Amino acid sequence: MSATAWAWLVLLFPLLGSIAIALGFRALPQKLAGVIGTASIGLAFACGVAALIGLLGEDPGARHHASSLWDYASVAGLDIKLGIYLDQLSLFMVLVVTGVSTLIHLYSYGYMQSDEGYHRFFSYLNFFVFSMLLLVLAGNFVLLIVGWAFVGFASYALISFWYRRETATRAGMKAFVINVVGDIGLVLAAFLIFRELGSFDYGTVFEKAPEVFSTNEWTVTAICLLLLVGAFAKSAQLPLHTWLPDAMEGPTPVSSLIHAATMVTAGVYLIARTHVLFALAPTAADISAFIGLATLLVAATIALVMTDLKRAIAYSTMSQIGYMVVGVSIGAYSAGMFHLMTHAFFKALLFMAAGSIIAAMANEQNIDRMSGFGKAMRFTSVTMLCGGLALAAFPLTSGFFSKDEILAYAGARGGMYLIFVVLGYFGAFLTAIYTFRLIFRVLQGEPCLEARELIETGHVHHAHPFNPATGEQEDTDVGFPGPEHHIAESSAPMRVAMAVLAFGALFGGLIQVPGVDNVVSDWLDPVFTGPVLAHVHPSIAWDWIGLAIGGAISLLGIWAAHWLYIADPEAPRRLETRFRGLHDFLFRKWYFDEAIDLLVVRPALAVGRFSNRVFERFVVDGLVSGTEGGVRGASGVVRAVQNGFVRSYALLLIAGFAGLALYFLLSSS
Amino acid sequence: MNIEWYIVLSALLFATGAMGILIRRSPMVILLCLELMLNAGNLALVAFSRMVGNGQGQIFAVIVMVVAACEVVVGLGLIVAIFRRRLPLNVDDLRELRG
Repeated sequence: MSATAWAWLVLLFPLLGSIAIALGFRALPQKLAGVIGTASIGLAFACGVAALIGLLGEDPGARHHASSLWDYASVAGLDIKLGIYLDQLSLFMVLVVTGVSTLIHLYSYGYMQSDEGYHRFFSYLNFFVFSMLLLVLAGNFVLLIVGWAFVGFASYALISFWYRRETATRAGMKAFVINVVGDIGLVLAAFLIFRELGSFDYGTVFEKAPEVFSTNEWTVTAICLLLLVGAFAKSAQLPLHTWLPDAMEGPTPVSSLIHAATMVTAGVYLIARTHVLFALAPTAADISAFIGLATLLVAATIALVMTDLKRAIAYSTMSQIGYMVVGVSIGAYSAGMFHLMTHAFFKALLFMAAGSIIAAMANEQNIDRMSGFGKAMRFTSVTMLCGGLALAAFPLTSGFFSKDEILAYAGARGGMYLIFVVLGYFGAFLTAIYTFRLIFRVLQGEPCLEARELIETGHVHHAHPFNPATGEQEDTDVGFPGPEHHIAESSAPMRVAMAVLAFGALFGGLIQVPGVDNVVSDWLDPVFTGPVLAHVHPSIAWDWIGLAIGGAISLLGIWAAHWLYIADPEAPRRLETRFRGLHDFLFRKWYFDEAIDLLVVRPALAVGRFSNRVFERFVVDGLVSGTEGGVRGASGVVRAVQNGFVRSYALLLIAGFAGLALYFLLSSS
Repeated sequence: MNIEWYIVLSALLFATGAMGILIRRSPMVILLCLELMLNAGNLALVAFSRMVGNGQGQIFAVIVMVVAACEVVVGLGLIVAIFRRRLPLNVDDLRELRG
């Protein structure tokens, strides 16, 4: 079988799984639904591996194939095919997405066990994986937009999964609305591309673009900026990021899969996919890189003070995606994609560990109330430590190699790009601090009530179910979380998933070590031969110097966190009172929500209210009721004739005839 | 004999019928008055036919009689139906079609 046939199968299995679970939700026993859901993604991963084997047998320069099943629309010069484009980049994404998804499905199999919406959950989750794969494999911009919108919907459905929780449904709506802003950008970009190049097809567009556009021409810059709007809304970059922390209202596996490992990296993939256009619009690429840099710093500072465990990790996700955006925007494509892969491992793992701890805390998410879980939950704390080390770029873990590769590339470009090196390392320092802040506060210290109960009795703490955001009382029926906390870390599938990811987080970086092996860049570089920057490569010596600096900074950050949270536990509080203004500023997330509320939401509401009170009431209503009144008045006159008296009808008839006769008589004479 | 007399008679008959329809309330009488109007028309047709000198007008008059017969069938049927439903035999009371 050819590689493209395997790629079609990759798409088929998750779709089949989703449909089968959705249609058979009454007939299927709960366990079977979970098995089908997990197995379909596992099969998709297997097909991805088969496609990989297929491509490996070919010449590196010829490893790109387009394949289409049928014409989607073919009118007036528009030729859209239901087609996929398989090359090293899309296959790389397919493997990351299906690989991580398989593990997260396995985790969900245990984690969601007690939830009443189990079937619905797996159906949504499979649908999400299908949409994500469609986005990744799409062979033209139209199918890309379809996949893009599908993942947006899947994200909405899964954030609002506990639909009786008002905070969750609001968060879902917020995510959806902001993503629609991004969708509009993407659609407009596609329109512009079609207007300028006459095609939606990747192959044609990327071939014709360098001939049609000159560098930094306004059209190509506009296209790239519009693409960036789409990418930034999906990837939670400034200023379209406010939905991501709120998206943590969804179940933890969803945060892990969609809002950490896969969907939010779609923007990075989009920039890498359209690298030909960005190479023609260096201005747009620089704007993108600076926004990525700003995001990574802003998010890292917010993560320093967040007290909600999942939201803190969400800000860390934003920050790490900032690194990836910087990477793919300055031309370090394979480094950016490599960081995407390692981030998928360690961030999914961190969320899984967080989910396990939150379950043990009976759904409490505030880290102020957690401590001492290191003794209570050995397995979870070890895996969380693995994920944390990788996130903090501890030497020789996966994050260590991938993050520093981006910064080394920025250094090799020199000039203005040295800003990225300096601030990137500063971001890495903050990353190490906030990561180990979480780890020290949650795992170390005197065990809290829940942890003590776990140590002493071996049973997980029970509390009446409540909403962690508002403290409202809940029940465990469908639409609310199930009484899941008895499974904390005791479910075998969850342990397997966490163990595999912990292995990936620790050792995943070893496939791309400067001067030793270059699996990722060897695989991906043929895709990026076009850009003028392809020849920029940091030397191996500089790579290792960068790694040494990165390692030192990481250790420094961990030491700082240790000093702040272990050695001198009063220090954070002292700092907080000393720098109250700064702390409030960070704790309020730089007032982004308030600013957006003031600049966008309130004006929009004011316009709406004005339209309702003035335009609607007087103009629209006036027009409608005026027409209605006119018709009613006119019909009143005519209706008087229809009085029901047969004899008056006869009189009218005769009078009419008489009138006609009189007319003809007079006109003939 | 002159044609005018026929036409005058016909017009008088027609006017009588029309007046009857306009002022009487009994459906039965209205039906009779309709007959009267049709026959006024027939009279004019036959008179003109004789004046012109061919039979077409007379044939037409026969057809009008057929139509009149049909109309009486329907009209009487309606009246019987009204009677059987014990509704008043008064066209002014039957005014449910008022707009």
